[in-house]
Amino acid sequence: MGEELKVIVFALGNEEYGIEVDKVRTIERLSPITRVPKTAAFIKGVINLRGVVVPVIDLRGRFNLTETTPTENSRIIVVAVADIEVGFIVDAANDVIDIDTDTIDLPPEIVGGIKAKYLRGIAKLGEGRLLIMLNLSEVLNKNEIIQVEQLEG
Amino acid sequence: MDMNAYLSMFIDESNDHLQALNENLLRLESEPEELSIVQDIFRSAHTLKGMSATMGFEDLAALTHEMENVLDLVRNSKLKMDSFIFDTLFKGLDALEAMVQDIVGGGTGKADVTSIVASLQVILKSDYSAEKAPEAPTVAASSSGAATSSASGAMLLDEFQSSILLQSVESGHNVFHIQISIRENCLLKAVRAYMVFDLLERNGEVIKSDPSVQDIEQEKFDFTFTVFTICRLGQEDLQTQLLNISEIDAAVVTLLDAESLAVLSQSNAAAAVEVETPTQAAVLPAQSATKEVTPREVSPSKAAAPAAQAAPANVSRTIRVDIERLDTLMNLFSELLIDRVRLEQLSSEIKRNDLTETVEHMTRVSSDLQSIVLKLRMVPVDSVFNRFPRMIRDLAKSLDKKIDLVITGADTELDRTVIDEIGDPLVHLLRNSVDHGIETQEERIAAGKSETGTIHLRAFHSGNHVFIEVEEDGRGIHHERVLKTAIKNGVVTEEQAKLLSPDEINMLIFAAGFSTADKISDISGRGVGLDVVRSKITSLGGNVTIDSAFGRGTKFSVQLPLTLSIISAMLIKLGSEKYAIPLTSIVETGIIRKEQILHVHGNQMIEFRNVIIPLVSLSKVLESPDFNENEEQETEIVVVRKGEKWAAVMVDEFIGQSEIVLKTLGKYLTNVEAVSGATILGDGYVALIIDPNALIK
Repeated sequence: MGEELKVIVFALGNEEYGIEVDKVRTIERLSPITRVPKTAAFIKGVINLRGVVVPVIDLRGRFNLTETTPTENSRIIVVAVADIEVGFIVDAANDVIDIDTDTIDLPPEIVGGIKAKYLRGIAKLGEGRLLIMLNLSEVLNKNEIIQVEQLEG
Repeated sequence: MDMNAYLSMFIDESNDHLQALNENLLRLESEPEELSIVQDIFRSAHTLKGMSATMGFEDLAALTHEMENVLDLVRNSKLKMDSFIFDTLFKGLDALEAMVQDIVGGGTGKADVTSIVASLQVILKSDYSAEKAPEAPTVAASSSGAATSSASGAMLLDEFQSSILLQSVESGHNVFHIQISIRENCLLKAVRAYMVFDLLERNGEVIKSDPSVQDIEQEKFDFTFTVFTICRLGQEDLQTQLLNISEIDAAVVTLLDAESLAVLSQSNAAAAVEVETPTQAAVLPAQSATKEVTPREVSPSKAAAPAAQAAPANVSRTIRVDIERLDTLMNLFSELLIDRVRLEQLSSEIKRNDLTETVEHMTRVSSDLQSIVLKLRMVPVDSVFNRFPRMIRDLAKSLDKKIDLVITGADTELDRTVIDEIGDPLVHLLRNSVDHGIETQEERIAAGKSETGTIHLRAFHSGNHVFIEVEEDGRGIHHERVLKTAIKNGVVTEEQAKLLSPDEINMLIFAAGFSTADKISDISGRGVGLDVVRSKITSLGGNVTIDSAFGRGTKFSVQLPLTLSIISAMLIKLGSEKYAIPLTSIVETGIIRKEQILHVHGNQMIEFRNVIIPLVSLSKVLESPDFNENEEQETEIVVVRKGEKWAAVMVDEFIGQSEIVLKTLGKYLTNVEAVSGATILGDGYVALIIDPNALIK
């Protein structure tokens, strides 16, 4: 038996993803987002999270998936890694589950078009359900954003 | 005892004491006859020593101890200060500072101080030997009487001490002889003793103690010690307070008058025991044997003696607060501010009288609260200025120049965050003034000036800004030399140079990689200083200008915002989006018609107050999705400035002026072009704050 890990489960398209619960500060409904000019396309802008200005990125855009218009189920998951606080727009966030770290396998090269370095691994939940665990520090890697900006600019 | 809990307090207080030592030594250097300054210095040094010994920083305590010995001679007029002593003491201070810094950085505070200690001891010996002879009899007298008198707590005063006590008695202060007994099972008696001394020093001055303070600090005493003190408390008060210190078994407080003092100072062991005087029922002998607490009667006239005069300095009633807590308070308060705006909106919609009244009252209270919260973060610039006199002294000495530093407005207050950042730029400016500005003594005399140069360091409020000026009466900026260097270093081309106004030439010395000093000195560096100064000040939302007259001097004027957390701003609309422009950089607002726009080299310009200024399309800069000023016949403009340069910025609509709370965009979004931050509007939406400096090229 490995360690128990509590994760928040959220959906992007048909896939289910997981983020460790201790990295998540809060889950919010979509609120009006203020656009910040001259930033990468997946950076949607900033929101007012109870008096703190928090940047919001579209996780679909971050992973080069096609962006969709938000629905009633869309949520903003605000995560805090090191001293960076960022909100992720996801299609739905609906569950908190316990998984055993032993069930997490190393990710294959490409999962659903997402580069392996953004992933921590894939957890098998049984009944054929797979949970893609995100590697947050890579997802929030700023160096890459700068490269993206330079490419776009 | 876990010392870590006290470490930050120790560091804070040591820094305070080191600063006090520095200041007082400088003062003493200018008025060497003023013995009261020596007393102040001695007190600071003494407290510092006590603290570092308690905290276990041996080297720190040892060095302070040596310095204290020298100071002790000085304050007892046994030693005259000269420049060698000053230099050695300053060197000692530097070493102490380095050690404290080491402790701050997590080190052990150990340092090799043998050379300084050696020179301190040289000072000590050369003059001490001369004084040794007359002192010997006193020592002998007291030791001969020690057998009987030390047990009873009596001790002898030397001439100096008794004359101080006598003067205090004559001027109506309370002079006490105190005998303290510490409980025998007490583990940290030095600490208890320290608390006693602390209490006494807070309320007056300790003149003599037996055993000596050094011995007491190193626990070289039994469970009793005696102290002579001048105190502004009454006898009973003092006794109660002393007994309030835990593990103090007994405190025998005896009020002394002129007669008893005379007896004590007669170097007569037998007489010393007999300090009983008619005015009081207090008796000293045999107290330690019985260890009982005897309340003393005080003659009414003495008890009522004015106490305040004896106070060495006003004890300022302050507390130290972690800056993070203040930041949290500030954050919470700004949330409250946002709610307030929202409430005001709601109440104006609902239009119920009692609601409106309550909201109005809340508005008043919260604006009072706002000014207090902002004031909490304000720190006098003195906390930056206070290290400059010493720095200028050392610089002037090393360059063999004579310089007076005149500081005015040191009590001007600035936001803590600005204070933390402004130190380095000011150091650069001052060093620059000393090195490049003020001439050598010979040059000054040749130029018909007094051989001592003067640097004025001024701070003052003006509007929403604080100005800090560094002005010297030195050689001023030599325009031709500046231009030659600028051209040589590729800062400007020769053609450009011809077109520059005198002010623009002055500003060239802030350009990167520029240095006019013919010789590179280790004082003001290699010309990397001034451009760093300017960028630092600009990043603080400030501005720096130069005013110089060749041959007569130069003035650097630094303009800084009062606070970085709440600013006045103009809210504007750009289609569906709202933005804030800081009011400080707005010159004017207006409306222009399409046909007024001029086209120069493909750039849009307008004529504004008889000057042609560039016209900036905010919607293009910010890539606005739903506003394009080209579709309008008339456009609102905001004229902004950056230093002397102006530009007109086209906007969609003005919303109005508002106090906004500055927020950062967070660590994830840094260096967003043309945006300096964000704020939360009354409706809860986030509005971006435009950085006008980025709009003006």
